Amino acid sequence: MPKEIFTSWGRVLKLEHEVVALSNRFDELPKISQGSSTFLPYGNGRSYGDSCLNAGGTILKTAALDRFIAFDPETGILRCESGVLLSEILRLIVPQGWFLPVTPGTRFVTVGGAIANDVHGKNHHVSGTFGRHVRQLELLRSDSQRLICAATEHPDYFAATIGGLGLTGLVTWAEIQLRRIGNPWIDAETIRFESLDEFFSLCEESDWDYEYTVSWVDCAGKGKRLGRGLFMRGNHAPADSMPANYSQKTRTFPFTPPVSLINSITLKAFNSAYYHKQISRELRHTQHYEPFFYPLDGMLEWNRMYGPKGFFQYQCIVPSQNGEEVIAELLGEIAASGMGSFLAVLKICGDAASPGMLSFPMKGVSLALDFPNRGEKLEHLFKRLDHIVRSAGGRLYPAKDGRMPGDLFRSGFPRWQEFTNYIDPDFSSSFWRRVMEEV
Amino acid sequence: MRKILIVGATSVIAEATARIWAQRGDHLFIVARNKQRLDAIADDLRVRGCSNVNAYIMDANDFDAHVPMLDAAEKALNGLDTVLIAHGTLSDQPACQQSVDLTMKEFTTNALSTIALLTHIANRFEQQKKGTIAVISSVAGDRGRQSNYVYGSAKAMVTAFTSGLRQRLYQSGVSVVTIKPGFVDTPMTASFKKGLLWASAGSVAKAIDNAMRKQQGIVYAPSFWCIIMLIIKGIPEFLFKRIKL
Repeated sequence: MPKEIFTSWGRVLKLEHEVVALSNRFDELPKISQGSSTFLPYGNGRSYGDSCLNAGGTILKTAALDRFIAFDPETGILRCESGVLLSEILRLIVPQGWFLPVTPGTRFVTVGGAIANDVHGKNHHVSGTFGRHVRQLELLRSDSQRLICAATEHPDYFAATIGGLGLTGLVTWAEIQLRRIGNPWIDAETIRFESLDEFFSLCEESDWDYEYTVSWVDCAGKGKRLGRGLFMRGNHAPADSMPANYSQKTRTFPFTPPVSLINSITLKAFNSAYYHKQISRELRHTQHYEPFFYPLDGMLEWNRMYGPKGFFQYQCIVPSQNGEEVIAELLGEIAASGMGSFLAVLKICGDAASPGMLSFPMKGVSLALDFPNRGEKLEHLFKRLDHIVRSAGGRLYPAKDGRMPGDLFRSGFPRWQEFTNYIDPDFSSSFWRRVMEEV
Repeated sequence: MRKILIVGATSVIAEATARIWAQRGDHLFIVARNKQRLDAIADDLRVRGCSNVNAYIMDANDFDAHVPMLDAAEKALNGLDTVLIAHGTLSDQPACQQSVDLTMKEFTTNALSTIALLTHIANRFEQQKKGTIAVISSVAGDRGRQSNYVYGSAKAMVTAFTSGLRQRLYQSGVSVVTIKPGFVDTPMTASFKKGLLWASAGSVAKAIDNAMRKQQGIVYAPSFWCIIMLIIKGIPEFLFKRIKL
């Protein structure tokens, strides 16, 4: 089997794996002798840490499982192979008046990846996670069994596979219920807020009337500036809206700079500038869906800006009771450390039940931040943040994680033991071995 | 709106090219041996916007099946104006060296079957005085190398044949495009270690579509292979024979 180096979005780990490039959904999994290797499916590598890596094992590349199977433009039911990118789906469905029911912050993830991480987006408080809109999927196990999984068929495998990080087997295809839209525009508003208090009030007032809400927060803000940021909310524009001007332009970050471009000086400067980017406190505009949902997709390989050491993302969610205090404590620790990045996102998640055993969102508030990789110093900060999250009864997001300790994973995801019953014996990942190490 | 026949439609390069055409609204008649994979491709093309796609099962090495297939294509699409021949296998050179049978089979698949098809198609297009015929050859056909000369010489046959055909059919307004891909990342090359020179099937598909629209003669895909092969072809034989290429 040929070998290839695989990395994840954080670019911290670059590991050599044996590769099996699958070519279609009918392919059988190769046979491996017991114990000699394990498989892990790999879509587009947009997970940040080691959940998409399998050190010493075999990667099942799903990039060529990129076929559409069926699409009904009347009902909005789409069936496709698991390697299809959400960007490809959008190119197909938007001109026909349909949209993804849930989308994460990048469209360059595969359907399989969206299911394996049970991704969520700006409309979580309305529509829940991606898995809620998957009607059925086919799971290929290493013993050659093909299980059709749905809420009413192998429901336990369905619940294990959604958010199951690729460990229950290979998802070959999936069927999704899309949602109707009138046009590709979003009526968006950006509001500057000066404190966390204001953020939470804005959430309360917006969550009823706005389908999409998310905030950028200044992670370097201390004291009076703690928790200041920009609140973004929006709805699909009504069908008869006038189109706005939009031309899709993607650029590519040209090379990896020798050191991270984000450091404590550039951070403060950028954050101040960004916080004040609009003159008025409230700004209303009609935008194409691409810059609204995928602001970073316009710069391909932006993750290079963190330099050769790469970066970590810390994404946690804490329950809504005491949510404001906990977030304030987290932001306080981060600001005091001087570390962090201008990419800091705050979002309220709703109570729509997540269908997966290991699904991340809960009713509460989620904070996500990028940190350039600063080794030990960063890990000390993370340990302090872990302590705050654990005490609050929260958890970290495996899709973004590269270092959470096993006990924090297990306390955050109480259904992990139930989940182990559905892991395919020939599948494993670096993430899973790491969080199960002391078990 | 063109009426396009694709032989070897389950090839990754052919599938990628078919997608470009489906999205453009062309009508397609796709031919391959494996029904399950071919039907999956047809479904995908339909979802992507092809209003008329027909899947037809045929083995290119079954020469008797060529005429019925062409008749079926013309019937299904109400005529034919474009053909892409994309079937083939990457010969196992060491195994071929030990077996005359295997070597002959490889020549049949990679050269003779293509030539048989082209003989029929050329006559039909010459009569209708219009059309575009594209054939996937390879840079391997530019000069025989010890690592793959069975495959290389089969492709050399295809390159020479299409060159003559191009000249003949020019007089009738029919264009013949010889496509020479370099290293392409597909299931055919799954066991090779990939490097800088490797291209994706998608980029080769774009090059094919471009060359066909512009009615070019010989196209290297990606184009830098033109320079590489110029250098390879320029090495004098007394030196070339000593190299382990």
